[in-house]
Amino acid sequence: MTGRALRHGRYRLLVTFLVPPLLLYGYFVLSPYVQMFVIAATDWRGLSPSYEIVGLDNFRQLLRDQYVLDALRHNLVLLLLLPVITIALGLFFASMLNVGGRGKVAGVRGSGAYKVVYFFPQVISIAVIGVLWKQLYNPRSGLLNGFLEAVGLDGLARPWLGDPTYAFWAVMAVMVWANVGFYVVLFGAAMQSVPRDVYEAALLDGAGRLATLWRVTIPLLWDSVQVAWVYLAILALDGFALVQIMTNGGPSFATDVAGLRIYETAFGEAKFGYASAIGVALFFVTLSIAVLALRATRRERIEF
Amino acid sequence: MSEITRREVLRRAAAAGVLAAPAAGVLSACALGDDDSATSQYEGTKSDTNPLGVKEDAPLEVVIFNGGFGEEYAKAHEAMYKEKYPKAEVKHSATQEISKTLQPRFVDGTPPDVVNNSGAGQIDFNGLVSQGSLADLGELLDAPSLDVAGKTVRDTLLPGAVEVGTYDGKFLVLNYAYTVYGIWYSTKLFTEKGWQYAKTWDEHIALCRTIKAAGIAPWTYQGLHPRYMSWPVIATAIKHGGVEVALNIDNLEPNAWKSDAMKASADAWHQIVKDGFILPGSSGLDHKQSQTEWSKGKAAFVSCGSWLENEQKAVTPPGFDMAVAPTPSLGGSDKLPFEAIRGTAGEPFIVPAKARNVRGGREYLRTMLSAKGAKDFTQKVSSLTVVSGAADGVQLPFGLSSAVKALSASGSNGFNWVYQLYYRKLERNLVDAACGQFFSGAIGPAEFLDQCQKGADQIASDASIKKYKRGK
Repeated sequence: MTGRALRHGRYRLLVTFLVPPLLLYGYFVLSPYVQMFVIAATDWRGLSPSYEIVGLDNFRQLLRDQYVLDALRHNLVLLLLLPVITIALGLFFASMLNVGGRGKVAGVRGSGAYKVVYFFPQVISIAVIGVLWKQLYNPRSGLLNGFLEAVGLDGLARPWLGDPTYAFWAVMAVMVWANVGFYVVLFGAAMQSVPRDVYEAALLDGAGRLATLWRVTIPLLWDSVQVAWVYLAILALDGFALVQIMTNGGPSFATDVAGLRIYETAFGEAKFGYASAIGVALFFVTLSIAVLALRATRRERIEF
Repeated sequence: MSEITRREVLRRAAAAGVLAAPAAGVLSACALGDDDSATSQYEGTKSDTNPLGVKEDAPLEVVIFNGGFGEEYAKAHEAMYKEKYPKAEVKHSATQEISKTLQPRFVDGTPPDVVNNSGAGQIDFNGLVSQGSLADLGELLDAPSLDVAGKTVRDTLLPGAVEVGTYDGKFLVLNYAYTVYGIWYSTKLFTEKGWQYAKTWDEHIALCRTIKAAGIAPWTYQGLHPRYMSWPVIATAIKHGGVEVALNIDNLEPNAWKSDAMKASADAWHQIVKDGFILPGSSGLDHKQSQTEWSKGKAAFVSCGSWLENEQKAVTPPGFDMAVAPTPSLGGSDKLPFEAIRGTAGEPFIVPAKARNVRGGREYLRTMLSAKGAKDFTQKVSSLTVVSGAADGVQLPFGLSSAVKALSASGSNGFNWVYQLYYRKLERNLVDAACGQFFSGAIGPAEFLDQCQKGADQIASDASIKKYKRGK
């Protein structure tokens, strides 16, 4: 067989494997996005095929809509805090589990069991997590207030999801809880690929756990951290499922997020045109943040 | 290396977006639907036995909201329809997400023939009505009843049943179940403690004090859905100021929420917050959780509709004997007597205008509204229907029979409001949020009414929402 024929066969293979997924991607991902842009320029109410083109009216209305702006503000707070907290906790746990032991390069005692426990939330569906935590936060019979009362901290007991001051943070805590396990595993796997002798050298030089984490682990794991940052940023701009299950945006819109606004506007008020406009706005926010995150975290790679 | 790839992917995705944009017109047809869908409808010949002109062998599709009432009752109604039209194929389905399931079919112009548009995921009525998506059911009202001799369907209905489903003079929505809204308590608990339900507000507060002293919280409420508490507040105001209070709220009249009657009512209800009569933590409980606290005897009163008994079935202790009572009167100057209670038709059924078997859909509703169909519903789900007298002779559970008694005591003084049907968002989002702050003690009565009014003004000034007016 000539090289040419071989190459020909390879292309056929490539096409066979690539075309079906690309078609599916185009139909189920790209086409809805494109349609969203079109619908955003109409006053379509979603129950009949009739609509008027209204141009940028929806976007003008959006800029004055206090509820949408509030929801977006909540997303931005999540965007600032969720990645930082999750990555910090993930890195801390991962380094304790993999290189935290003293004397030799290994995890702390019992790290095998911890690894399994941290990953639990990842195998539970998000709906179950929402319902579970709703019960934990139940002010009357929930575990959290129950625990606080049992240890004599009654004063700290709150109606959690019913209190506009705490509800948002209560939901964010669940987001961190639900995601940190995955990043422990991700960072853990990356740490495994770092040569042992780098850590041994650090140990010999008398580096403590914190210094090891800060000066050795994080620089070597920068690629993984960067990926985590982008994923978590996108997650922070969503948050729909948990919020919808736990608080439905309440109390007094304190936990509202843009995704929920879109859903309520479309399916609750039958304003599909306006809902798509919010979707378009969110799309651009997400896109610019993904690009910014990749640019801002660009660093030289360390080869090992 | 990996970084370049990622950037490359983003760049290519952006390029693909630009290329795809001109194709948008073609693609948009998918979601926005086609305009030229002129579907032919099934039509039979009208006769004395077939007043609505049903085509005997035309298939009928019924979609039921699978909520508190379940779907078994509907299967019985379908069997009754099938009995009359044995050649018709009846397709049944049930879902909890009416809007998500059926919205694409409305756009497509291929909706089912009968839809039980109910639950949290219902399709917005303002949207349905303003887009002309609903078939006129007026013909059904004037057709003879299926099994009550000499009466039209309209004659067999309870007062108020037709008004609730009427938009701009057209009867478009059949609300099938009859619901009584009031304050619920356990007669067992009250008998044991020697308490008497209070008829005036001052007595109510005194009773709350007694209840609290006995170690029970007088009140709890559906904290995560605080709009449940807007019901007793508005009811108290209507009884104080007359039915115009509700009429003005429904018609979005300026400052309707800040009427003297609403002020008097909000001031009164603020007392239960100020005096700590609400079960601690209520604001963080959802409807099931708070009602369960009430069923467990941790709180004496809860505001709800007459579906409560069915909803709480699994957690109600034996002999709990829940009963519903009207809101207490504010004082001697009240326009309506203490007995006046809010009763209204709920559980909406619609026939989409573009359904292929609109006539069959109307006939199905006529089957539901027959004495036999209504009685069967009451027996199966322990709820009243809008068909008058259909519950006679049916053994009713304790709570429901208390609702029947309250209704007959209320008689012609009964009242209702419908702004939540005209403008779903106003109650579900805006008044709901205000109630949450009011009953958790974050704001006082004046701010509470301000917030409600702000919500109403916002709806009133939104040109994209169709407005409705109703008469008395």
